[in-house]
Amino acid sequence: MVGKSIPRVDAFDKVTGRAKYVEDILPQDTLVARIYHSKIANGLVKSIDTTEAEKVPGVVKIVTCFDVTEKHYYPTAGHPWTLDVSHQDIADRLVLTDRVRFVGDDVAAVIAENDVAADQAVRLLKVEYEEYPFVLKPLEAIKPEAPQIHDDFKRNILRVTTREKGNYEEAIKEQGLIRVEGWYSTPIVQHCHIENHICTARTENGKIVISSSTQIPHIVRRIVGQALGMDWGKIRVIKPFIGGGFGNKQDALYEPLCAFLTLQVGGRPVTINVSREETFVSNRVRHPFNVHLISHLRADGTLVARKVAIYSNQGAYASHGHSIAAKGMGALAQLYPCEHFSAEAYTVFTNTPVAGAMRGYGIPQTMFAEESHIEDIIKKLGENSLNWRRNHIMPVGFEDTFSKNVHHYDSFNQCFDKANAYLDYEKKVELYKNQTGEKRRGVGMAAFWYNTAVWPIALETSSCRMILNQDGSLQVQLGETEIGQGADTAFTQMVAHAVGVTIDKVYVISNQDTDVTPYSSGSYASRQTYVAGFSITKTAQELRKKILDVGYRYTRVSVDLLDIVDNNLVRITDNKVVMTLADLANASLYDTDFSQHISAEQTAQAKSNAYSFGCCFVEVEVDIPLCKVELIDIINVHDCGTLINPALAEAQVHGGMSMGIGFALSENLLIDQKTGKVLNDNLLDYKLATFMDHPDLEAQFVQNAEPTSPYGTKGLGEPPTCPVAPAIRNAVLHATGIAINDLPLNPHKLFEAFKEGGLI
Amino acid sequence: MYDIGNLYEATSIKNAIDLLCEHPKAHIIAGGSDVLVQMREGKLAGVDLVSIYKLDEMRGITITDDKSIRIGSLTSFSHITHNKIIEENLYVLGEAVDQVGGPQVRNIGTIGGNTCNGVTSADSASTLFALDAMIEITGKNGVRTIPISEFYISAGKVALEVGDVQTAIIIPHKSYDGYSGYYLKYAMRNAMDISTLGCSVNVKLSADKTIIEDARIAFGVAGPIPLRAKTAEKRVKSAPINEQTFDTFAESILEDINPRDSWRATKAFRCHIGKSIAKRALEKAIQRAGVETHV
Amino acid sequence: MFKEITCSINGKECTKVIDVRASLTDMLRNQYHLTSVKKGCEVGECGACTVLIDGEAYNSCIYLAVWAEGKSIWTLEGLMSPDGELSDIQQAFIDEAAIQCGFCTPGFVMTTVEILNQKKLYTRDELRKLLSGHLCRCTGYQNVLNAVEKVMKDRLNQ
Repeated sequence: MVGKSIPRVDAFDKVTGRAKYVEDILPQDTLVARIYHSKIANGLVKSIDTTEAEKVPGVVKIVTCFDVTEKHYYPTAGHPWTLDVSHQDIADRLVLTDRVRFVGDDVAAVIAENDVAADQAVRLLKVEYEEYPFVLKPLEAIKPEAPQIHDDFKRNILRVTTREKGNYEEAIKEQGLIRVEGWYSTPIVQHCHIENHICTARTENGKIVISSSTQIPHIVRRIVGQALGMDWGKIRVIKPFIGGGFGNKQDALYEPLCAFLTLQVGGRPVTINVSREETFVSNRVRHPFNVHLISHLRADGTLVARKVAIYSNQGAYASHGHSIAAKGMGALAQLYPCEHFSAEAYTVFTNTPVAGAMRGYGIPQTMFAEESHIEDIIKKLGENSLNWRRNHIMPVGFEDTFSKNVHHYDSFNQCFDKANAYLDYEKKVELYKNQTGEKRRGVGMAAFWYNTAVWPIALETSSCRMILNQDGSLQVQLGETEIGQGADTAFTQMVAHAVGVTIDKVYVISNQDTDVTPYSSGSYASRQTYVAGFSITKTAQELRKKILDVGYRYTRVSVDLLDIVDNNLVRITDNKVVMTLADLANASLYDTDFSQHISAEQTAQAKSNAYSFGCCFVEVEVDIPLCKVELIDIINVHDCGTLINPALAEAQVHGGMSMGIGFALSENLLIDQKTGKVLNDNLLDYKLATFMDHPDLEAQFVQNAEPTSPYGTKGLGEPPTCPVAPAIRNAVLHATGIAINDLPLNPHKLFEAFKEGGLI
Repeated sequence: MYDIGNLYEATSIKNAIDLLCEHPKAHIIAGGSDVLVQMREGKLAGVDLVSIYKLDEMRGITITDDKSIRIGSLTSFSHITHNKIIEENLYVLGEAVDQVGGPQVRNIGTIGGNTCNGVTSADSASTLFALDAMIEITGKNGVRTIPISEFYISAGKVALEVGDVQTAIIIPHKSYDGYSGYYLKYAMRNAMDISTLGCSVNVKLSADKTIIEDARIAFGVAGPIPLRAKTAEKRVKSAPINEQTFDTFAESILEDINPRDSWRATKAFRCHIGKSIAKRALEKAIQRAGVETHV
Repeated sequence: MFKEITCSINGKECTKVIDVRASLTDMLRNQYHLTSVKKGCEVGECGACTVLIDGEAYNSCIYLAVWAEGKSIWTLEGLMSPDGELSDIQQAFIDEAAIQCGFCTPGFVMTTVEILNQKKLYTRDELRKLLSGHLCRCTGYQNVLNAVEKVMKDRLNQ
């Protein structure tokens, strides 16, 4: 059951068009709301004239920032709540605001009977602003003279943390050290799930009922309560099928506003259906990083001391805040361990779109910096890229003092071996050494560091409920959410394995409803199979115990000698089926003496965390006159522990690789430096990879069972995106001799770099 | 739902002209892939539309008595590419319009719409310039035909008066007879993209295939409207087919093109790419004429 | 402004009065409840709303509903046989793990119907081009390509 490539449990519904997403099940009578977004990057809304807008036929109500009289500031990050005030996410949002901090901030909303009326009215709103100076780049925002974006954060620094090991300043005094220094930067990119965020809210039975495209229904419930100053139990959040999330929907996006708006029209249904343009500007983006790395090495290649500075662009509001830069810094401290390490990470507010969680959570950015830098080091030493990494990468047995994560197996070398064999990497390193001509080939590699789930930074809790039906089948509910990745299918396999039934007897309820579904924090941090593994096994144990107890009553076989195998109660002494589970369930429920409906519910807290490592190897062809990189071949190899469903795991890796390719070569949300406005807020101008923009994707695995997981599994959702960009960057370096440290490696960047390097 | 003021559906070309005269502020909608997008953006919100999309009389490709090729303005890109007449005589045009957007856009997008919106990045336009195409316009005073170079006036503006409908695009026989062409679209992606720069080349070689007898080259996005690179054309006319000719040709391009700086690309970038793709396109066109060159 | 529109949808003659401002997506979703027709961008860039009109794939978001008059339209809902059997394309998408979040799936399947109706043997690169009007963020397109290629070869007995 576990380890088999069964088809997705939701595939049939999805391939027939029956899977219902939020927009497919809107209340028939829903009103629509459209948001008026700030047209300036920083300032204050002085007044809003709604006269003309209100005349539009079909407009029901116009709600502006001035109608938000109770100021309930709320945080939006999809983090589990913490009772420790010092660790709570920063509460800096209002459902509508007069103090605007980026082009795209939420100022007013028009509620109308149809979208045309709402759009017309939004265009007719006359908004007067007092404009303040604005700042778009973190390295400028931290200067004392920069405009202050939030009153409480001096020099716009949301947070700065440091990490020290050994004594950097002393260590670099050693004679004869080789110094390598570089600045590496990554662009603003967006998740681009094909289903935009949408939510609908109404009141029912004295509660606000919200249906939303979210990864985190239980967290959204809490945040809506905070945003409205209401008891959390008065909020009910439902998550149907979701058209992708990738972290964007790991934030409360427009659920708080939607809930607020329904209350403005007597609880009538109100829907906010976010446009693609709004998704780009007014949802969340990946934090762009500027990373400064300095490494000191002995001639033999020993890493003696390293200094790291990360500047993470938070955008206008805190959202996930410093967690991303902090995680990135953690990776840099560990991938190539070094005795003397000194790092600082800044998360800085700017007047740009808000950065939040995105697949990889700071790791794609820092891996680009780190693995580019390592390649530069190797080049300077004149060493072999693969061998140097083998010798200096995190050794087997490494234990992180903070998370207590242990690097149990020789994962890196095992992954390298597979990738090297597939791509014939070492041979091609030699083959492409001295090329001339217009088109040149190159190969590149990169490893990556990732860890699954969030313990001990934050709480890891998962709840599961199992209900035995009369026919011996099971309903299963988990707070972990299916958002496209295949979680429900993996859970089905895990439950079948844990209880002792066949796959067809397990029905995982895909839709979460916070009034019904037990609490879990949701889908993020590549935690689903890892964390749910604990709650599934714990709940299965309880359920099995209840079943076996009842089984003893009917069979008189000691519970110690009973097992559940393939939907049957089996006496383990002779493997004889003593009763079918169906008979047992039926007898138990309808028993006139001691009727019992068998169910179980448990919460499991994970106080562990697991490394999930791997690598990417690529081959490119660079067309020098055309300033273009063509990806010829690519492979990712992952050690994510034991695979629950190999086919789905492979598919997950493909998607992550494609996202990594976009990050490396083409995706870049551009901001007009004169106005702060996003220039390319659509899928034509934002260059997401199309079907024709990359070759076949090769995904392979090394399966070392993770000792902390009941299923031997660990994170895979995010890791595939992490190593792709540096591998491509290193391949371009190999092909051309030109190192480009500023993503994406699009033709504009190549043109400038080739000009500077004298290639064109 | 689109913010359309009034929608008038034309039942014939004549009816379309009448409707346009009656409603002089109305915009023509053909396939809609441009008009509807602008309407949603708010640029054309609330305007009246005259739909000509269902006028099948404006679809199809024929060879006229004088061997010119006549393409009805509403012919979709995919129908152009897969048309036998085009495949046999005007491969380069089929190739150019086969690079517009993606397959679904090529099913809805029309060559008339592509040229009537007057944008410089239209993938059909540079090839039509390189082919000295003629534009057939039907208006209240009848049918007239003008060269494409006169059809484009300025960015977004073409020679259509109120009541005019572009009804066909005509490729004269002398423009394609004996010529071989190549269209090179330079974009940031290999699909679903607009040209950063587009270059279309038509060449006619001497009988022994050693001399370029004639060359026509046109660019998109190298100026506010598509343009011909007349200087470069002159320099390669009667020139022998060799590396030096290609280099001269590439360098000469800079005297003809005048791209601008925009957030999509800098002028310097476009000039460099202009040179590079002109050379490639010329070599490819020559290869198609049956000469082996190194590219 | 309203207009009565008669067309064939999934093989059935239908007539409804519609707002002339409606897109074909609006009409199919709101009037006929064919919710497989997804909205991802509404400007013809993502392909999620793709349907077949007289056998050709179109982005229904940028196609006026009034133009559907007299046309034959197919959506994903029309692919299953009357006795509930999936089409070979649908089955291949399941078998090849070509579905993840499922939001782009209906559009991909409809374009595949158009491609495979040509009864030609395409190379993988040709298939990539024919499918390039659809964006997908989950699959990296890999298993979608595998699924389409598999059905193509099966149908042509290759």
